[in-house]
Amino acid sequence: MADALPHRTIADAAARLAAGTLSSVELTRAVIARTQAVEDRVKAFNSRDESDALVQAAASDARRAAGQALGPLDGIPVGLKDVIAVNGQPLTASSRMLANFVSPYDATVTARLKKAGAVLWGRLNLDEFAMGSSTENSAFGPTRNPWDLTRVPGGSSGGSAAALAAGCALATLGSDTGGSIRQPAALCGVVGLKPSYGLVSRYGLIAFASSLDQIGPFARTVEDAAIMLGAIAGHDPLDSTSFRAEVPDYRRALTEKKGPWRIGIPREYFGEGLDPEVGAAVEQAIAHYRAQGCEIREVSLPHTQYCLDTYYIIATAEASSNLARYDGVRYGHRAEGVTDIEQLNSRSRAEGFGAEVKRRIILGTYVLSSGYYDAFYLRAQKVRTLIRQDFLNAYRDVDVLLTPTSPVPAFKLGEKSDPLAMYLCDIYTIGVNLAGLPAISVPCGFTRAGLPVGLQLIGQPFREADLLAVARHYEQAHDWHTRVPAL
Amino acid sequence: MAATDLNIDHVARLARLALTPEEKAAFARQLGDVLHHIEQLGKVDVSQVEPTAHAFPVVNVWDADEPRPGLPVEVALQNAPRQRDHMFAVPKVVE
Amino acid sequence: MKYEAVIGLEVHVQIKTRSKMFTRVGAGYGHEPNTLTDPVVLALPGVLPVMNKAALDAVIKAGLMLGCDIAPVCKWDRKQYFYPDSPKNYQISQYDQPICQGGAVEIELPGPARNIMGEHKRIPLTRIHLEEDVGKLNHFATDSLVDFNRAGTPLMEIVSEPALHTADEAYAYLTSLRATMIYGGISDCDMEKGQLRCDANISIRPVGETKLGTKVELKNLNSISFVRDGIAHEIKRQIGVFERGGTIVQETRDYDGQTGASQSLRTKEMAHDYRYFPDPDLMPVQVDAAWKARLQAECPELPFVKQRRFLEQYQIPYTITSVLVWDRALSDYFEEAAKLAGPGRAQAVGNWLVNDLLREIGAAKTDLAAAKVRPPHLAELVRLVDEGKLLPNLARTVFAQMFATGEMPSAIVAREGLAAAPTDAGELEQWCRDAIAAKPDAAAEFKAGKESAINALKGPVMKAAKGKADPKQVDATLRRLLA
Repeated sequence: MADALPHRTIADAAARLAAGTLSSVELTRAVIARTQAVEDRVKAFNSRDESDALVQAAASDARRAAGQALGPLDGIPVGLKDVIAVNGQPLTASSRMLANFVSPYDATVTARLKKAGAVLWGRLNLDEFAMGSSTENSAFGPTRNPWDLTRVPGGSSGGSAAALAAGCALATLGSDTGGSIRQPAALCGVVGLKPSYGLVSRYGLIAFASSLDQIGPFARTVEDAAIMLGAIAGHDPLDSTSFRAEVPDYRRALTEKKGPWRIGIPREYFGEGLDPEVGAAVEQAIAHYRAQGCEIREVSLPHTQYCLDTYYIIATAEASSNLARYDGVRYGHRAEGVTDIEQLNSRSRAEGFGAEVKRRIILGTYVLSSGYYDAFYLRAQKVRTLIRQDFLNAYRDVDVLLTPTSPVPAFKLGEKSDPLAMYLCDIYTIGVNLAGLPAISVPCGFTRAGLPVGLQLIGQPFREADLLAVARHYEQAHDWHTRVPAL
Repeated sequence: MAATDLNIDHVARLARLALTPEEKAAFARQLGDVLHHIEQLGKVDVSQVEPTAHAFPVVNVWDADEPRPGLPVEVALQNAPRQRDHMFAVPKVVE
Repeated sequence: MKYEAVIGLEVHVQIKTRSKMFTRVGAGYGHEPNTLTDPVVLALPGVLPVMNKAALDAVIKAGLMLGCDIAPVCKWDRKQYFYPDSPKNYQISQYDQPICQGGAVEIELPGPARNIMGEHKRIPLTRIHLEEDVGKLNHFATDSLVDFNRAGTPLMEIVSEPALHTADEAYAYLTSLRATMIYGGISDCDMEKGQLRCDANISIRPVGETKLGTKVELKNLNSISFVRDGIAHEIKRQIGVFERGGTIVQETRDYDGQTGASQSLRTKEMAHDYRYFPDPDLMPVQVDAAWKARLQAECPELPFVKQRRFLEQYQIPYTITSVLVWDRALSDYFEEAAKLAGPGRAQAVGNWLVNDLLREIGAAKTDLAAAKVRPPHLAELVRLVDEGKLLPNLARTVFAQMFATGEMPSAIVAREGLAAAPTDAGELEQWCRDAIAAKPDAAAEFKAGKESAINALKGPVMKAAKGKADPKQVDATLRRLLA
């Protein structure tokens, strides 16, 4: 099954495309056929345009025939989370609010993928406005985990993770505000990379929490993730928070950086709430690195217990502001039968947003409201400083940190109905966003029930090349990533 | 930072969300839990700590004042729920 | 009881940039609706703001001109409120770290007479911050239509201390502030185009009281005269309320310049809660000494400073300086012409400029920049007259031709044969004797002490000289003969 075209890696498909033994149209047709076969069960896509994908694939083949192929992504079908703008394509954020919205512009990552020759294929489901950890909060219905269709794929980028795991694209893009790439990657058994804040432009990414959001790739291997990151990373004048970081050849760095590394194990990430099977898989990964000569060192991130609260204050405050633009005036859902502008705003928003989005807008509005700013938002920003400092302190002694990605494997749809219980899914991932660090989730085993488990490696700011090399080191010694769900 | 003083009617109006009574009750309870959890942040000594607004702050990120083309008016209005005379139409606004 | 008004002004000035504050689509006035938008202006999902460097330059320059402290670091905050002209439903503004603090606007109050300088005062400023303008709502019978062309235009908010006390002071403040902004090239400040907008906070209190009274915000003061009239009206209204034993309600009132009346705007049911917080999409601005120094070097001399210099350097009357200095182009024109004309001729240049050139420009409905009379023309005209080569009574004729054609005065004089003839003293004396002989009554009256009678004798002399005699010489000769 892993030999089937839709399950190939980018590296492998690119080699065949370059050798002329595979065409992009052939590959794209195979991905489309696979999608048609499984989509009614997985439900990863909000929309897809098969003929448009084939037109792009044909253009790629024509470039290649003319000797003008653009690089490893040329002709590779790549799916996008439905929060990333593509000119002329729907952009919904899985919200009723934007059910009919068509973007008149490209996100920077979209423009860069086009420039790299990728075949942009499909808009992938998510928790509405990226708020959630299960993709159940989509206005268009939940996505299923390809490993067990009764379970969630994680979230918020659940569509991006599930589509890739199911063979409906060779790579996908997601966005990660508190774990929204890494957690679904772990739950779906794929690689998910959240880059350093500012490495990838946010221009054209529907904002959830501006100071935390970051776009990143889902891929089958660390090498594929490196190829994807190479295509989308780098300074963008359209994003004022974009960092002028050097963008090395991430793929080449994988073979150049050989370790051994000093690996830190934050003790706060192995406590109460960690599923024993997940814990065991991660312990084995630690044992692997130790056996390979890496120095394993226990470290402490003492403010970890405050991450969740800090995150929910900052993220909801920023979200309440970022989502104010959805008012029914210029675009998006507009309520019928309203007589004044306040009603138009209030009812359009009440009808257009789902429960989780409303809940977070209410919380975010409250924490910013008169008299509460200092106690909540300002205090959270200060605690954020301490959380960030914890990580930077740890990096005095170690090169990377190793933790579980998610405390639990994929859970059943409907299992976590209490918001706070759902929020606890993110406890190992949100600290990374608060500190702006790069982190990757790689498959590190399966539970007895056959559910994937993910290992999180957290790197130093803008040192993605090192992070990817550490991850690749583990991946090469294991075959978890080659397994394909039986769908 | 007591969790009990969340005035859901006031906040919903500030946020322009016409919530149903059921939503208000549910949110008040759920957010009460969340706010109760958040209260523990009050225990952290932040008296000597600067706030972090950006993970990697830099200054003076700007563009030169050189105009670029914008959207054609038809495209600007392509997603408008209601429009008239190339403008976005809303119920009459009384100032 | 006597009352004193306390007035603070909030003035919004649009900055004259080519593109908008946080995106590079063009900025401008008078375009077809929604033709100056882009994804950022419309706040489409996913867009991000990027600062306009020129707008920062402009506000720092404005601050330097007004003597403000420029913050070494300032940041951007979101001011949140829902309104359909605000695409994001928050406005990017500056809350607790404005780019400029302090400073003052120098004003001149009306003097006791038109030709006497009035009292000067410095009105302290609280702050100046930078923000973005909103779109425009057009109201119709059943709906309102939104045009976002103006949305995102760089806007400065200049806030004065509550240090003004009369409508005349407010008028003088705005006049001076506007001139300063125009001088600095920061804005054209055309109130009709909304480039300068003014809200006034007005309260009154018994004279001697130090506590501020309840303030009323007056909005929609859309010309400088309306600002003066509106404030005068509001002061009178508040005193009226007090004298009838009433109390002032804190409210926003709308002044209608056409009818001269104001009315309370519908009171907001909920007090504003703008939920300011630092905009995470933008990085702070750091202003270092070099940047400030570069802008300082670009700052022009301010009108009142220039006026003091003109009075001293050129020894020209207040009435002329008070026309010249409010218009940077006009005062530059003056200085260039005065320099070309040579020492001692500045007043003549000023007179020609203020009395003749501005009148002709007005009559021809043109402007100074388009006038064919340039500083070298005016300077030469003044020099010809002063050197006695062109008689003053003919100079007007030359000026008229010069204004119409743009020819140099010397060329006109030569072509038209208007040069003052070197007058033969003997011939002139004969013409004078003839005139006295022809008008013995006038000669007698002059001798008897009626000074003006001499004028009756000058006419025939000038006639005989075909207008080319130097009037000073004619006067002197007649007086000698009649002595």
